[in-house]
Amino acid sequence: MQFFAAMVHCLDCGFSSPTMRQNSVQNTTITGWAKPFFLLGDQCLALLADLGSMGLFLLSAVAGLFRRPFRGRELLRQMRFIGAGSSAVIFFTALTSGMVLGLQGHHTLNKFGAEGMLGSAVALTLVMELGPILTALMVAGRAGSAICAEIGIMRISEQIDALDCMAVDPFRYLISPKLLAAVLTVPLLTAIFDVVGIYGGYLAGVKLMGANAGAYFNSMMVSVTNHEIRLGIVKSFVFALLIVWISAGRGYFVHRIRGAGFGAESVSKVTTQAVVLSSIAVLIFDYLLTAVLL
Amino acid sequence: MAYSGETVEAAIEFVKVSKTFGGRERAHRVLNEVSWTVPKGQTTVIAGGSGQGKSVTLKLILGLLKPDSGQIFVDGQDVVKMGQKQLRQLRTKFGVLFQGAALFDSLTVFENIALPLRERTKLTEEEIRAKIMATLDTLELAGHEEKFPAQLSGGMKKRVGLARALQLEPEIVLFDEPTTGLDPLMTLEIYRLFERMQKQLGYTAVIVSHDIPKVFELADRIVLINKGEADVFAEAGQIIHSDKPHIREFAEKTMGGATALRSIV
Repeated sequence: MQFFAAMVHCLDCGFSSPTMRQNSVQNTTITGWAKPFFLLGDQCLALLADLGSMGLFLLSAVAGLFRRPFRGRELLRQMRFIGAGSSAVIFFTALTSGMVLGLQGHHTLNKFGAEGMLGSAVALTLVMELGPILTALMVAGRAGSAICAEIGIMRISEQIDALDCMAVDPFRYLISPKLLAAVLTVPLLTAIFDVVGIYGGYLAGVKLMGANAGAYFNSMMVSVTNHEIRLGIVKSFVFALLIVWISAGRGYFVHRIRGAGFGAESVSKVTTQAVVLSSIAVLIFDYLLTAVLL
Repeated sequence: MAYSGETVEAAIEFVKVSKTFGGRERAHRVLNEVSWTVPKGQTTVIAGGSGQGKSVTLKLILGLLKPDSGQIFVDGQDVVKMGQKQLRQLRTKFGVLFQGAALFDSLTVFENIALPLRERTKLTEEEIRAKIMATLDTLELAGHEEKFPAQLSGGMKKRVGLARALQLEPEIVLFDEPTTGLDPLMTLEIYRLFERMQKQLGYTAVIVSHDIPKVFELADRIVLINKGEADVFAEAGQIIHSDKPHIREFAEKTMGGATALRSIV
């Protein structure tokens, strides 16, 4: 894994200085017909360098999990922040989503005389789709933005350089505990989302609209098997990884992201970018995982 | 009048080091085959105008940047050829005081200073506490250990930064613009502190600063980086008498010529 750390270091060295950014293609003297090609090539190279460094960033963060000393207290702190800190927002999102599903499901199924299938429809939708995806989007908005801003501020105020100079691995010290905390807590948050959402559906569908309670839970138990639960859990693991990877990575490389500007402005822009990118990545991977695992 | 006599062993040595930024179209060569040394146990001041390569020089010493050509020796080992593992090992010899002190915002003064000890040594918490309290006393920071960096003044932040940099008893301490943002009185106080600590601990000090000519009071040796060249002087008085016109011009602009220099020489 030293190799990957070395590669990240090389990429840092090559693109990190503000001087380098100022000397990008916008300032060069190439004119005429060649300029669009030069710009295109320049953008492609920048994109490749960015993707490469993000890939190496993930590998270094994963490698940091296996390096000593292990930061148990920091892991618990991050689990409290990402997991316990997000539980209220997850609870309300799950409750309202479940209630909407209960109402909509009852309204639709009632047309076909299939309101007995309401429990099945609500539970399957939540366990396989809405649970993992809405949990991930809430965590990206709440914890992902905070992770990106924290790492970004540490970068621009030379705190990450200070770690390097003290021979403390910034990946092991900063990134790996966040990654592990998210991978452990997001599936648990998803499980909470599923349970609360199912009760939300019960409240709206059974208590408000008058569907049969026994049919609601019975149809749910028949249709939700281990396969569906496993799909939801695998999704939540992958989403957690994506959120921390993108959020922490954007913050870590804030000093060399094109068009982000400098100082506080760069952190603000990159934080927005991190939330947008991680949300898009979650949606894309949701489709891919469903297509592969369904 | 450049300094050439070598009587002390070199802690750091630059041999024909070149560093260029930018692409072919806008190449800016900040260092052009510069060669100079930092004597062990003494204070070397690296001075020069903005954008002349002072901070780049520090990053080159730490291996955070690689030169285009040349060799950089730290205790006889070539930094340029080192891999990440060796660089990490090498950096344990250094203490670095950053321009903005680079204290960790979410940690208290005590936790900031304890960080390198907790991460890099096997000392117990009691030993760490005893060591830090002694350092806080020396640097007149006792009673501030539970404060956060945001609650400290500029001068106090620098002292906490210095305390953190000195915890692992480094052989070489690098100071990056240590007095930026401080008032003249605080600047003087910080310089006195540097002098006292250097004499007490005997480390090799490298100070990068544009606080000219005041910073020269600390210098056993001055490296003036200007227009890609590095000129070495034993004392500030030699700068104004340099046989190079661009050095004399720089001295006139930054130090106000011989009159101002006489006050510090």
